[in-house]
Amino acid sequence: MTFAGWLTIVLFAVILTALGFPLGSYMAKVYTGKRVILSPIFAGPERFLYGILRVDHERGQDWKQYAKSLLIFSLAGWLLLYVILRTQDAFFVPHALNPLGYHSAPWNVTFNIASSFMTNTNWQFYSGETTMTYLSQMIGLTVQNWLSAGVGIVVAVALVRGIIGRSGKSIGNFWQDIVRTILYVLAPLSVFVAIVLASQGVIANLSTYMTVHTITGLTQSIAMGPVASQHSIMLLGTNGGGFFNTNSAHPFENPSQFTNFFEMLSVLIIPAGLVFMYGRMTGNRRQGFAIYATMMVMFLGAVIVAYVAEAHGSPAQHAAGLNTHVISGSTGGNMEGKEQRFGIAGSALFDVVTTVTSCGAVNSAIESFTGIGGAVPFANLSASEVIFGGVGTGLYSILLYVLLAVFIGGLMVGRTPEWLGKKLEAREIKLAGLGILITPLAALFCTALATASSAGRKSISEVALSKAGTNTPQGFSETFYAYLSQANNNGSAFAGYTGFIQPNAGSLGSHGITFADVLGGFDMMFARYAPILFALAVAGALAGKRVTPAGLGTMRTDNPTFVVLLIGVIVLVGALTFFPALLLGPIVQGLTGHLY
Amino acid sequence: MKPWLRDIVTAVIGIIVFTVLLGLVYPLAITGISQVAFPGDANGQQIHLDGKLVGSKLIGQNFATPVLEKNGKPKEVKGAVVTEADPRYFQTRPSATEGGADNAAASTFSNHGPNSVKTKEADEENIKAYLELNKNPASKGEYDPGLTVAKIPVDAVNSSASGLDPEISKANAWIQAYRVAAVRKLSLATVDGLVAKYTSGRGLGFSGEEGVNVLELNLALDRLSEGKS
Repeated sequence: MTFAGWLTIVLFAVILTALGFPLGSYMAKVYTGKRVILSPIFAGPERFLYGILRVDHERGQDWKQYAKSLLIFSLAGWLLLYVILRTQDAFFVPHALNPLGYHSAPWNVTFNIASSFMTNTNWQFYSGETTMTYLSQMIGLTVQNWLSAGVGIVVAVALVRGIIGRSGKSIGNFWQDIVRTILYVLAPLSVFVAIVLASQGVIANLSTYMTVHTITGLTQSIAMGPVASQHSIMLLGTNGGGFFNTNSAHPFENPSQFTNFFEMLSVLIIPAGLVFMYGRMTGNRRQGFAIYATMMVMFLGAVIVAYVAEAHGSPAQHAAGLNTHVISGSTGGNMEGKEQRFGIAGSALFDVVTTVTSCGAVNSAIESFTGIGGAVPFANLSASEVIFGGVGTGLYSILLYVLLAVFIGGLMVGRTPEWLGKKLEAREIKLAGLGILITPLAALFCTALATASSAGRKSISEVALSKAGTNTPQGFSETFYAYLSQANNNGSAFAGYTGFIQPNAGSLGSHGITFADVLGGFDMMFARYAPILFALAVAGALAGKRVTPAGLGTMRTDNPTFVVLLIGVIVLVGALTFFPALLLGPIVQGLTGHLY
Repeated sequence: MKPWLRDIVTAVIGIIVFTVLLGLVYPLAITGISQVAFPGDANGQQIHLDGKLVGSKLIGQNFATPVLEKNGKPKEVKGAVVTEADPRYFQTRPSATEGGADNAAASTFSNHGPNSVKTKEADEENIKAYLELNKNPASKGEYDPGLTVAKIPVDAVNSSASGLDPEISKANAWIQAYRVAAVRKLSLATVDGLVAKYTSGRGLGFSGEEGVNVLELNLALDRLSEGKS
């Protein structure tokens, strides 16, 4: 561990807060229909889009109508993406758009990819540079990077509207929300981030792969592509699907020490901003601060554990006789699967940033993290992505936890639970409870199925098996992480786990592993849309309630006591659900120096 | 029109409009702007030598020469050319890409687990290769007199994440500098000077770690050697 490492972590938290706060105020204005600084630019295009879409954007929708529009829109996106990916090499695609002659991936892998990008998961069984044409990356994957992010954000906004709604059933208009999200929030940020990244070495071209003749007489083929545009939205929308196989570890996606820091900020800026937006919209900024404090405390806890564990090094390194201490000119630690320019601190921090959010981009191999270091992303996922969380998903998920915490608090003091002046009743608590438990349920069900069946074990990587051929804790971790990550729509991976066997670039002669592909696809869709429906139903249930002024006995939800209660509830739910499974995988490896 | 039918029409129009805007207009605009404003960066920071493309500053290379069979043809195992590290050049980090090290057409992780016997064996192999490379074949001693297993920096043994890491740690470069200086008959101070010259600093003064760009360093060494001879 080094001073610069700790300084990076502290400054990251400070800068993030400083940037998230104004963004929150800005978004609050956008979603309450107030004029913002970008209105002169986007008001015209906004009206134009409503015209083409033929929507009456001022007509409010109740939660069911809102959900219906959302589901139909998502389904349309899924279908188009599936068709685009399956016709990469069809006769009507001109050669210029597929110069490498890449074939389409088989149906099962494509099913997984389409489900993955529609649900903001961006789990990748495929490898970008050997599977996708530039056209597929652009009109297929990039588009869903935007839209799935937008869908997440609008659900959070709708839930907040339900919470603060004074009368009536309307929780907003889906079409208006999605158009505004794309124009006013995602577009300016994405263009800005893309240009900054391109100026720092993230490539942006449509050239064919370049062939290099090295000074020692070897040849090297280097994959190219329109990376900057896709990379920026995949970070901002907490999507996390890399243009290349090694994602943000690839030098063309994350070229320098500076871009690493900048990219981490890009991932967390919108989730952080949304929390402050929530405070603004409720009319009491302290409500936002309380949730932000909850998230920040858990976030920093995760970062500290990951950094200390990775700086300590792994049992395999020590058994080989490596010195993992800091020496002059090297920071030591577990550098297996990490890049020199990011170092231990930059890798540990990036890992936590992208696993507390549903981003799932990686700049280092999570599979190679130490037992305890690898337990951190597990723990982050076990908390159901409420520590900042994905864009929108983080906010609506933690608000369900807030509801639960208020309810438990109410039970403790023996009063009817009240939240922001609204009485909470059986219906809301039931819906919130279901919304919270559905993701862990999907993750554990799929993991159990995959570990117990021989079809599931086919996906475990060679290197995770021991010499004797039996499964190891690493093999279990791979499987568990795969379904946990997909259920949480995260998309990061213990990347040895595979669902796609691809002997040649361009998918010729490749085949998918149907079990892992299809189970994963359903895992992602179920765990994405079921909680969305529950969150919208909660919004609908709360929207019509009358507001009564807070009395003397009302439990406050904007003070440190509540922060502690909320952390307790999140940890309790996560630990009770996942602790036994975590013990079998990463924790057992963290507690022992034994090699498998 | 029924409300659900209306939703379908809107969704279909919406997905097409957004595909055009976000899938064509947006990426082409960003790519176009980048090509005009930062052509070097947008095209992968290519490095040319005598008009020939010799690499990208950002992509690590395998500075090795092909091992030749008895008949003079390059030896291949499973379609990948077998290579041997060239002691005249600084070497990049171990890479787990398929089809040879530093395959930039198919980046990949090694996915070595922390408690895996295979990880330990890979580490031991890399340690052995590193010691071998930095041993003077004539005198049988280490080029760097202080070099022991405990002195080898981790980045020289552990494989990088992308398999394409263009940089190595300073500690790694300092050890290799002894070898490169001896093989090229340069003074150690000269080589260390070049190492310092091609060391990138931390981002904003605190982010990440310093690293030595191996390709730039090796090209500079070649220029120096040419000038001398």
